[in-house]
Amino acid sequence: MKVLVPVKRVVDYNVKVRVKQDQTGVELENVKMSMNPFDEIAIEEALRLKENNVATEVIAISIGSTQVQETIRNALAMGADSGIFVNCEKGLEPLIVAKILASVIKKVNPDLVIMGKQAIDDDMNATGQMLSGLLGWSQATFASKVEVIDKKLKVSREIDDGIEHIEITLPGIVTTDLRLNEPRYASLPNIMKAKKKPIEEINVDTLNVDLNQKLEILKVEEPSKRDAGIIVKSVDELIDKLKNEAKVI
Amino acid sequence: MKVLVVADHNNKDLIKSTLNTITAAKKIGPTELLVIGNDCKTVAESASKVSGLEKIYLNDDVGFENFLSENISDFLKDFAEGFSHILFTNNAFGKNIAPRLCALVDAMIVPDVIEILDSTTFKRPIYAGNAIATCKSHSKINILTIRTTSFSETETSDISIEIDMINKNFKNEKSKYIGSDIEKSERPELTSADIVVSGGRGLGSGENFKILEKLADKLGAAMGASRAAVDAGFVPNDWQVGQTGKIVAPNLYIAVGISGAIQHLAGMKDSKVIVAVNKDEEAPIFTVTDYGLVEDLFKAVPEIEKNIN
Ligand SMILES: Cc1cc2nc3c(=O)[nH]c(=O)nc-3n(C[C@H](O)[C@H](O)[C@H](O)COP(=O)(O)OP(=O)(O)OC[C@H]3O[C@@H](n4cnc5c(N)ncnc54)[C@H](O)[C@@H]3O)c2cc1C
Repeated sequence: MKVLVPVKRVVDYNVKVRVKQDQTGVELENVKMSMNPFDEIAIEEALRLKENNVATEVIAISIGSTQVQETIRNALAMGADSGIFVNCEKGLEPLIVAKILASVIKKVNPDLVIMGKQAIDDDMNATGQMLSGLLGWSQATFASKVEVIDKKLKVSREIDDGIEHIEITLPGIVTTDLRLNEPRYASLPNIMKAKKKPIEEINVDTLNVDLNQKLEILKVEEPSKRDAGIIVKSVDELIDKLKNEAKVI
Repeated sequence: MKVLVVADHNNKDLIKSTLNTITAAKKIGPTELLVIGNDCKTVAESASKVSGLEKIYLNDDVGFENFLSENISDFLKDFAEGFSHILFTNNAFGKNIAPRLCALVDAMIVPDVIEILDSTTFKRPIYAGNAIATCKSHSKINILTIRTTSFSETETSDISIEIDMINKNFKNEKSKYIGSDIEKSERPELTSADIVVSGGRGLGSGENFKILEKLADKLGAAMGASRAAVDAGFVPNDWQVGQTGKIVAPNLYIAVGISGAIQHLAGMKDSKVIVAVNKDEEAPIFTVTDYGLVEDLFKAVPEIEKNIN
């Protein structure tokens, strides 16, 4: 079984982002970038399938400018076998990403795509569902457990009131939730090995995908700030404030 | 302009957040509601009393029983043609279906809308709510998911409107529902509760969460948690509040043993009044609190519970 894992380069989750003065976006200069945490979970899950002799090959793919190759290298250092770099300088959005992925998938023919449920920069939670719609494949979103049973996947999904279990046929798409696994760190020898692993480069223009964005960002602003509150000295003071000042209990 | 809201329900009751989504829809234009599921006539009947709806459609078929995205999006693909906007609640149901539908009708999703400026211009949070983007949608059909806490609930009235039956079924052989693990709770639902009591890693164990639950029950509150508390297995996944969990904005949010990481703040910083109990006075949670108490939670929480009445 061949597994494809899309990975995205995003602002590291520990960075407190700042909105640019001209309101065109957030400050990305000299900001630490990392692999989207949900994508690390996706890579980890694919690697475990390989270690359990279910998957035979794990391919990481990323779309964007040359820097996204770093993210592919991270995936290779974790243990992915090879990478695909789709060179695209234009602005992306989930629908375009899904179309690019669909186009590459027709050439690569994976049996399973595992991807993050959401990227922590634009917080869209959409690409996996879109990709599976475009391909007409089955989808299992927000996965917290994946088991492969005779060419089918049994997936537990995190939903609003608990956990749901579904079974999907392959080829299919799984999107990862936080509880699926704890991703490994890349060891030093594996980082060295990753430098020799192949990354195939594809120019987006060869894929015949409409690159016009349908959701235009007009401006990006700071959210409204909360007024600073007070530190109370005792439980009694807290209860008094909640009753008589805030009037919420 | 014609707006369709796709109701979230469990084949018996309408999920309350659908009423918030209807409020958002009515800001855009004349609004119709689709109830799709199995044996769910009672849902359509109660929805028919929701104020200001132009029409209710009911598509009742066993193929929709478990709300599989493949089936519902396949049906919606053609049904969508008659509408300028299709709105879902930004919850597990909406997130699972809306983007797939987008792909089928070549539309880009507008997720997690918090403000409607005009029929194609919307505000939505990005970067865990640390920035707010104003976006213009250029899709032929505008498909949105709505953040519940940013819109009030539409009221219901005594007058009910007629229900249009649609009988279109869809079966897919690709995915199958097997079952679910859902713990029934007597407490109010987390995203619509007036008061939320939330616990973090500081609680130390699932057993220790009982002291918080006692407080919650005295206040008639819902229970929430940080990711760390869920990851550690102290409490179920559906309690997680935050960027990648649930978004809440109750009148009162009490955070206990929670440090206040940006990912957690993203899910609760729009609460009206925020209280935190944390023994570390430097904890970032205190940057958003109205009332902070620097104290050991194992001492403070039972005392609060005892003295509140
Ligand atoms: C991709 C991604 C998504 C995430 N999504 C979410 C999300 O949706 N929601 C979320 O919450 N987090 C999320 N996180 C995790 C987040 O970054 C934090 O790790 C998490 O919120 C920390 O949980 P916590 O505050 O309970 O634990 P900690 O940060 O460990 O804080 C525990 C707090 O308890 C206090 N404490 C300990 N003992 C006591 C005591 N006896 N009395 C009083 N206080 C005590 C400590 O002082 C400390 O402040 C996400 C992270 C990533 C990378």
